[in-house]
Amino acid sequence: MSAPKNAMRTPLGKVRHHGAGKEGTGHFIATRATSVALALLLPWFIVTAALSLRTGYLGAIDFLTTPVNAVGVILLVAIGFYHMSLGMQEVVLDYIERPLSKALLLLLNAFVPLALGVGAVFAVLIVNFGV
Amino acid sequence: MAGATRPGSRPVSPHLTIWRWHITMLSSILHRLSGIALYGAAIGFAFWLMAAAAGPETFAKVQTVLNAWYGQAALYLIVAASAYHLANGIRHLVFDTGAGLEPADADTSAWFAVLFAIAAPIGLWALVTFGA
Repeated sequence: MSAPKNAMRTPLGKVRHHGAGKEGTGHFIATRATSVALALLLPWFIVTAALSLRTGYLGAIDFLTTPVNAVGVILLVAIGFYHMSLGMQEVVLDYIERPLSKALLLLLNAFVPLALGVGAVFAVLIVNFGV
Repeated sequence: MAGATRPGSRPVSPHLTIWRWHITMLSSILHRLSGIALYGAAIGFAFWLMAAAAGPETFAKVQTVLNAWYGQAALYLIVAASAYHLANGIRHLVFDTGAGLEPADADTSAWFAVLFAIAAPIGLWALVTFGA
C-alpha cells in the first residue's frame, strides 16, 4: 500500500504510531465539568471580594474566616487549579514540539498547580484554625 | 513529531499572514491568552492566601504590591481576563451542544464576550465606588 505523495502522515510517524491517541475524552469532560463549577465560583468570588474584602491583614482574615467564604475559596482553588492545569496541558501539547521541553513543561504543569493548590488550601485552614 | 524531519514538499497549513483578522479568530486567541494570564493570577492568589496565613508582616508586603498602581492595574486586568474567559467559556459550552456555530451567530457571541470583558471591570468598579 503506497501512500499518496502529499499525505499528511510521514512514513516515520506511521512506524512510530503517532497520531490519534485513542483517548482524551476524559480530559475533554474534566475541562467542561470544572468550567461549569468555575462559572459559578469565580463570579461569586470576584463580586463578594470586591464588596466585602477590606484591605489590610485584618480585612483578609475577616474575609477568610467567614465560613461561606472559606469553603468557597477552597473550592475555587481546588477546582480552579485543576482546570488551569488541564488547559495549560493543552497549550503545551499544541505549541511545544521538542520532546524534552515538552516533557519538562508537562511535569512542571503537573507539579506547580498541585503544590500551590495544596499550599493555598492549607493556608485557608491555618487562618481558620490557627497554628 | 519526535525526531521526524519535514521534507519541503509536504503540505503546510494555510499561512497565518494570509488570513484577514476576524472576530472569531480573535476570540479564540483571547481565550488562550486570558487562560494563560489567569494561570499567573491563580499563582498570585495562592501566594496572597499563604501570606495571610504567614502573618501581618508578610501580608503587609503583599498588600504594598496590591496597593501600588501596577497592583491595581493587574487586578483590573485580572477581572477583565476572568470576565472574558467566563463569557467565552460559556460560549464554548454552547458550541459543545452543537448550537451557535453558524458564522453570524458565532460572530455575535464573540463580540458579546469581548464587550463583556470590557464592561465587567468597569461595572465592578462602579459597583464598589458608588455603593451597593
